[in-house]
Amino acid sequence: MTSSARYKSRTVKSGKMCEEKEYVGFATLPNQVHRKSVKKGFDFTLMVAGESGLGKSTLINSLFLTDLYKDRKLLNAEERINQTVEIIKHTVDIEEKGVKLKLTIVDTPGFGDAVNNTESWKANTDYIDQQFEQYFRDESGLNRKNIQDNRVHCCLYFIPPFGHGLRPVDVEFMKALQDKVNVVPLISKADCLTPAEMRKMKDRVREEIEKFGIKVYQFPDCDSDEDEELKQQDRELKESTPFAVIGSNTIVEVKGQRVRGRLYPWGIVEVDNQSHCDFVKLRTMLIRSHMHDLKDITCDVHYENYRAQCIQQMTSKLTQDNRVESPIPILPLSTPDVETEKLIKMKDEELRRMQEMLQKMQQQMHEQDL
Amino acid sequence: MASSDVVRQMDKNARPLALSGHVGFDSLPDQLVNKSTSQGFCFNILCIGETGIGKSTLMDTLFNTNFENFESSHFEPKVKLRAQTYDLQESNVRLKLTVVNTVGFGDQMNKQESYQHIVDYIDTQFESYLQEELKIKRSLHNYHDSRIHACLYFIAPSGHSLKSLDLVTMKKLDSKVNIIPVIAKADTISKSELHKFKIKIMSELVSNGVQIYQFPIDDETVAKINTAMNGHLPFAVVGSTEEVSIGNKMVKARQYPWGVVQVENENHCDFVKLREMLICVNMEDLREQTHTRHYELYRRCKLEEMGFKDTGPECKPVSLQQTYEAKRQEFLGELQRREEEMRQTFVQRVKEKEAELKDAERELQGKFEQLKRLHADEKSKLEEKRRSLEEEMSAFSKRRAATELLQAQAFNASTNNKKDKDRKNSGFM
Repeated sequence: MTSSARYKSRTVKSGKMCEEKEYVGFATLPNQVHRKSVKKGFDFTLMVAGESGLGKSTLINSLFLTDLYKDRKLLNAEERINQTVEIIKHTVDIEEKGVKLKLTIVDTPGFGDAVNNTESWKANTDYIDQQFEQYFRDESGLNRKNIQDNRVHCCLYFIPPFGHGLRPVDVEFMKALQDKVNVVPLISKADCLTPAEMRKMKDRVREEIEKFGIKVYQFPDCDSDEDEELKQQDRELKESTPFAVIGSNTIVEVKGQRVRGRLYPWGIVEVDNQSHCDFVKLRTMLIRSHMHDLKDITCDVHYENYRAQCIQQMTSKLTQDNRVESPIPILPLSTPDVETEKLIKMKDEELRRMQEMLQKMQQQMHEQDL
Repeated sequence: MASSDVVRQMDKNARPLALSGHVGFDSLPDQLVNKSTSQGFCFNILCIGETGIGKSTLMDTLFNTNFENFESSHFEPKVKLRAQTYDLQESNVRLKLTVVNTVGFGDQMNKQESYQHIVDYIDTQFESYLQEELKIKRSLHNYHDSRIHACLYFIAPSGHSLKSLDLVTMKKLDSKVNIIPVIAKADTISKSELHKFKIKIMSELVSNGVQIYQFPIDDETVAKINTAMNGHLPFAVVGSTEEVSIGNKMVKARQYPWGVVQVENENHCDFVKLREMLICVNMEDLREQTHTRHYELYRRCKLEEMGFKDTGPECKPVSLQQTYEAKRQEFLGELQRREEEMRQTFVQRVKEKEAELKDAERELQGKFEQLKRLHADEKSKLEEKRRSLEEEMSAFSKRRAATELLQAQAFNASTNNKKDKDRKNSGFM
């Protein structure tokens, strides 16, 4: 069920109720919003991260049914030994039924490829912060008509299916980004695992996410007045995270039908087949139902956090400067250290001992004289 | 065990002779085979690959047993090696198989030191064999050879190229062990992608000068099959210990919703090729290569480090004993020199200490004398004062006596006057 279908049912309900009472007319507000938003167009920024060779580009191409990665150069192994992570942006304008979408994909080639990968997420966090900062400045500016929103709305993180679960580099990356962007972990190349192995892997990943306290994107709960079908869908969606995906843009023939898939000697993996992989679920979640929620959370939570932090830093700096200008503050009396006290005591004792010795000597001399 | 270099040269002094009947020494190979069969064979495999890539499963599948391996975690701080030895038997041939697995390879954030532990392990095995060889009382035929004969390097099926860690590790290992790269979990790559992937891997290895193990093509009986197999490197393998029924047979396979990957189907993966090459055809060659190439290289480097050479300073061949004797003399001479040095330093130190102590003694003596003199001075002064005081006292007492006497006289005189006065007064009456 698409979102457009959902709101249509709502208007029908309210329309029926208001037939008997007096008709005001604000039930058409959703229509007006729809019209304006179509006119304005939407934008969405998606970041993809993961080691090379996990199928990120193929998946993006499959999701948006385009070819974003024409003529790209892949590096050799020896070139990648000391590779630094770079940021590459692809922007495309796509249109469907009159709705325009400006899609930006932020790619991070080189992540996890070098031999030494400490702090390889820095490029990602820096980029996200930069976008936040730019938006912050634009928002506080005088002319706010044409603010370009380049903030990253969602980050798809690709987990390799070849291991037993999360690896240290995965944990570090997701923890570094969890407070800045909505992190959606995906299990890539899902045609590597049998259904039993896949269940085990998903359980493992979910466990480890909880164990390490990683805050990934949580689907919002359905409203209680939604119908059963939607609720069921929602539940299924939540239970199958993290999504196990396969990507492909090649068409193969299966039982007389032409579908997107991967051809193997032992069978054909269909991308759109729900029993083969979770591609459909991912597409539903990312594009058809939760795109706007992702944007909202980015604006309301992540950006606000960044903004609050920024402002706090600025004000604390200001107050610090103010303090220096005011009269010299009285330093609290420093209590003598334990060490100096000990020294003083020792010296006192020495003095006393010497005095006693002197007295004794004097006495002795007296006795000698007498 | 392995034979030494067998390079049959046509000896100039030996002329070939034709036999006129059957002698019987054509049974020599059979005798050799019987002997080695009764001894049993030993084979050591090292499996290098990321955690979870399928090393243990492949070993289980290759040797058709369950080696009881447990899953390792991804969070090992350093790369470790785990070796397990098993005794296998097939027909009447006994095999002592050692499987060494890496634990935690490729999991750390900083993988610059990952290869070091593996290289150290291989060197340790070579070292223990070298020690055994150099022993005076050695038992090489009983020795459990732990040198690594084959190294299976598991490449992750990314579909693009080798990882940087793979390249670095293989470069460090290619001169120490026979490397056989395999593409693990090959059921995730389609046929066309696999072809491109293999080409890319081989070209990367060649362009970086990594020498992987090539199946030998000098023996006519196996040359043909080996050449064909060399063209299929690296083998794309799938491992499985679970069985699925296909038709009416139970075969080792992996069951997916879209099909069943059969491990022993040559169309699906190269597992059969790997088994044949690794075990059926070239196992003995792997052992031989390890001994004649890799071990000899290690031995030569080690001995050269210790200072042994094959030729002396005038390019005359020098035997091990001579070199050893020379080294020994040198060492003893060095020892003696050091001893002399130490003795000299000791004597010198003793002298210095003596001198110091003497100085200190003299100083003390001086001080003592000085104090004594002071004391004597004080005493004499005190004596003088006492004498003067006594004199004064005696003078004072004399004067006192004198004044007393005067007083007494004066008193007497006054009393006499008084008596006279009284007499006079009384006379008048």
